[in-house]
Amino acid sequence: MLDGRGSIKRRLGARLWLSGTWLGIMALLALFAPLISPHDPLAQDLFAGRLPPFWASGSDPAYLLGTDSLGRDVLSRLIHGARIAFSVALIAGLATAIVGSMLGLLAGYLRGWVDVVISRLVDIWMAFPPVLFAILLIAVLGTGLTSIIIAIIVIDWTRFCRVVRAEAMNQSAMDYVSSAIVAGRPRRDILWREILPNVLPTIVALSTLEMGIAVIVEAILSFVNLSISTDAPTWGGMIAEGRTSIYQAWWVLAFPLGVLFLTVLSFSQFGEGLKDRFDPVLR
Amino acid sequence: MSVTLIGAAVVVFFVIRVVPGNPIAMMLPPGATEEDIARLTAHYGLDKTIFEQFWIWLAGVFHGDFGTSISLRQPVMPLVLGRLPATLELAIFALVIAVVIGGAMALTGVRHRETRTETAIDVANGVGLSIPDFLWALILIVLFGVLMPVFHISGRISPSLDLPFVTQFYVFESIARLRFDLWWDLLKHMFMPALALAIPLAAIISQLLKQSLKETMHLDYVTLSRTKGYSENHVILSEALPNAVLPTLTLIGVQFTFLIGGTVIIERLFSYEGLGNMAIDAVINRDLPLIQGIVIVFALLFTIINLVVDMTYALLNPRLRHA
Amino acid sequence: MSAFLTVNNLSAALHGFDQRVLRSVSFSIDTGEVLGLVGESGAGKSMIGKAILGILPSAISIIEGEILLDGQDLQKMKPADRRRFIGATAALIPQDPLTALNPSRRIEPQITNRLVDILGWSKANARVRALELLNEVHIDNPERVMGSYPHELSGGMRQRVLIASAFAANPKLVIADEPTTALDVTVQKQILRLIRELQERHSTAMVFVTHDLGVVSKVCQRLSVLYGGKIVENSSVPDFFAGPKHAYSRALLAATPKYTDPDASLLPVDEAVIEAVAAEVLASDKEWRHGG
Repeated sequence: MLDGRGSIKRRLGARLWLSGTWLGIMALLALFAPLISPHDPLAQDLFAGRLPPFWASGSDPAYLLGTDSLGRDVLSRLIHGARIAFSVALIAGLATAIVGSMLGLLAGYLRGWVDVVISRLVDIWMAFPPVLFAILLIAVLGTGLTSIIIAIIVIDWTRFCRVVRAEAMNQSAMDYVSSAIVAGRPRRDILWREILPNVLPTIVALSTLEMGIAVIVEAILSFVNLSISTDAPTWGGMIAEGRTSIYQAWWVLAFPLGVLFLTVLSFSQFGEGLKDRFDPVLR
Repeated sequence: MSVTLIGAAVVVFFVIRVVPGNPIAMMLPPGATEEDIARLTAHYGLDKTIFEQFWIWLAGVFHGDFGTSISLRQPVMPLVLGRLPATLELAIFALVIAVVIGGAMALTGVRHRETRTETAIDVANGVGLSIPDFLWALILIVLFGVLMPVFHISGRISPSLDLPFVTQFYVFESIARLRFDLWWDLLKHMFMPALALAIPLAAIISQLLKQSLKETMHLDYVTLSRTKGYSENHVILSEALPNAVLPTLTLIGVQFTFLIGGTVIIERLFSYEGLGNMAIDAVINRDLPLIQGIVIVFALLFTIINLVVDMTYALLNPRLRHA
Repeated sequence: MSAFLTVNNLSAALHGFDQRVLRSVSFSIDTGEVLGLVGESGAGKSMIGKAILGILPSAISIIEGEILLDGQDLQKMKPADRRRFIGATAALIPQDPLTALNPSRRIEPQITNRLVDILGWSKANARVRALELLNEVHIDNPERVMGSYPHELSGGMRQRVLIASAFAANPKLVIADEPTTALDVTVQKQILRLIRELQERHSTAMVFVTHDLGVVSKVCQRLSVLYGGKIVENSSVPDFFAGPKHAYSRALLAATPKYTDPDASLLPVDEAVIEAVAAEVLASDKEWRHGG
C-alpha cells in the first residue's frame, strides 16, 4: 500500500515537473522573442521559400526549421507566436476565471433569484456551439488581440461558473459557514474570507486548463482567418498556412502543430498536477 | 427547455444585429445604386427597427419559417435541413467510435487493473482528454492524410460517384439501397473527422467508466457472483458493467452536445458539407437569417439530446423506473 | 474418512509486507457440522472464509498452507477449475444483504444464475427450484418476489433471498459471513433459525463467522477463537461455555452480554489480556520465521 501511494506521488511529481518545464521554456521564449529569434518573423525571402528543416537535404542552416511558402523563417515565427499565444493564454485565462468564478460564487452562495438568473444564462450559453459563437463574436467585435480575449471570456465563463457554483454550494452547506453565520459575520465577509479560499484550488486548476483552451481558441480563429492579421506570426495562422501547402512542405504545419500540442497538453497536465497537489487526500 | 431555446434565439438575434458590415451591400454587384440597396434592404425587412424584426422573425419561426438566406437566396429551413443529416451522421459515427474505443479501454483497464496496462491506459486517457478535437484533426491529417495516405481528408463523398440518394442521410440510405460501395466511400471520408471528434470523448468515457467499474468491482454482489463460479470477464461484463454504466451514460449525453459543437470547426477542416461548415460561411457572408436558423437548430438539437439522455437514464435505472 | 473441509497451516500476507494477516490457521469441518469462527473485528475471521472461496482482495495472497475441500487441494487447482469447483460445491451467505444483491437485476436470475450458467440446468428447472427455495426460506409470495428488484424488498427479505440463493445448488459447504450483523435484532433471530434449519435439512458443512458468542452457542457445534489472524483456541461449544482455556477467550466470553439481553452491546475486552494475546501472536511470528 505504502509503495503504491509512493508511485502515485512520483507520477504526479513528474507530470508537474515536465509540463512546468515546457511551459517555462515557452514563457521565456515568449518574453525574449526579439532577442532569441534568428530572423524577423515577418521578413519574406521569396528565393528561399519552402526550405526544409536542417536535417533534410536542400536545407539552409540559416533556417533551422525551414521556411514557409513566402520564405519566412519557421523557427522565428514559432518563437514570436509563443508571445501571442502566451499573452492570450494569461490574459484570457485569468479574466475568464475571474468573471466565471465571480458569477459562480454569487450563484452558489446567494442562491435565490441570483442563482436562477445565472443558471439560466449558463443553460442558454450551453445551447450554442462554442466555435460558432466565437466566430460570430469576432465578426461582431472585429479581429485583433482584444477581440479574441473578449470572445474567450464571453464564451468560456460558463466553464468556471458551473464548477465554482457547485463548489460554493457544497462549501456553504459546511459547518464552518454555519458557525460563521451564527457568529454574526456579514455575508460578504463569509463569501470572501471563508468560501473563496476553499474554492480557490479548484479555480487555480481550472485556470491553467483555460489557458490551454485559450491558446486553442486563438489557433482556431486564426485558422478561420479571423484572428489578428493574416501576416502576424500566430501558431494558428501558421497551421492554417501550413494546411494549404501540406503536400509540398509538411514542416510548415508539423512544427507549429507539435508546439501547440505540447503547450496545450502541458497547460492541462500542469492544472491537473496542481489540483492533485492541493488535494488533501493525496497530499 | 423552451426558456433556454427562446433565450438562445434572443441572444443570437441581437448579437448578430450588431455585426458590422451591410449584408445587402455585400451581395449586390459593385455599382449598385443606393436605391437598389434600399429596395433589397426593405425586401429582407432590414429597414425595420430591431424589435420589429425580432417579432417578425419569431412569428415566422413558430410557423416553421426561418426567413430567406441572403447569400444563397433560398429559404433557410430547407437549406438547414439539407445539411443537418450530414452533420448528424458524422456526429453519430463519432459517438459510436468514442463508445467503442472508450468502452474497450475501460474494460481492458479494469480487467488488468493495478498493472502496467492500466497505467498505460491512464496516460492515454490523460493525453486524449487534454487535446481538443481541432488538434487531433490536424494530427490525423498529417499522419493519415499526408504521411500515410489511407483515408480521405476532404469532402463527404468522392465527387466522381453517381449519387442515387433521395434523402440527405447518405450513410443510412446507402445501406438501405445495399450500395456498399457508396457506403464504404462515405465511411472512408467520415473516418478521419469522426475519429478526431471521438478521441476526447473516448478518453472521457474510458476514464469515467473505468473508475466506476473499479468502484463497482469492490461491491458485495460482485464478490458474491465470483463465489458462484463465474469468470472475471463475466463478472465485469454482466455484474459490474450494467451498474457502472449509468454515470457514464449521463456524461455521454452532455459530452455528445460538446461533440456536435465541435463539428463546426472539424467540418471546416475536412471540407465536409455539413451544417457547421455552412455556419462559418454564413458568418463570413454576414447572412443573418441563415446564422439564426443554424444556431436555433443546434440549440434545438442540444435540448433534444439532453431530454433523450434524461429519459434513457430513467429507463435504465430500475430505482427511478419504479419510483 | 477425513474431514470434508480441512484448512492446514494457512498463512496469508499483504503484498510487500512480511507481516502476516492469517497466521498458520488450521481447522477442519465434517459434513453436517457447523464451526464458529469468533473474534473481534480485524481478527481475520472473514478473511479465512474469503481464502477458502478464493475471493481475497488482490493485495492479499496466500503464502503457505493448504485448503482441502471434498478431497481436492484448492491451491493446486487451475484457477478456472477451482472457480467452477467452488461454485458447484460451496456458497457464501454474505454479511450485508443491502449490498449483496445486484441492484439492476430482478431476484429470479440472482437465485438461478449459478444453476443455469455454472451447473447447466434448464431455465425452467432452475425456476422451479428457486420457487421451492423461496418457500423453504418462508417467503409468502415467491412469484412476486422473484420478479422484484432488490430495492423493493426489506433487509430481512433480502437476506432470505440470499440464503435461498446460497442453498440453491445444494452446496456441501456454506460460509456464513456475519449473516445477521446488518439486520434488526428482531429479524436476526428469525434468520439465524432459518440458516440453522436449512443447514440441518441439507446436512451442510458450515463455517459461521461472527463476533457474537451468543450466536455461536445457538448455531455451532465447535468454535475457533481468533486474534490477529491466529487461532488461539479450538474447542467444542459445550466445553467452551463450560470454561474457555485461553485467557483471551475467557475475557471475550466475560465481555459478551447474556443473549437474553440482545440490546446490550459487546463490552470492551480488558487491555492487559489484549496485550498478552498480542505478545503471544508476535512470538508465534518469530517462531514461524525461524521455522522457515
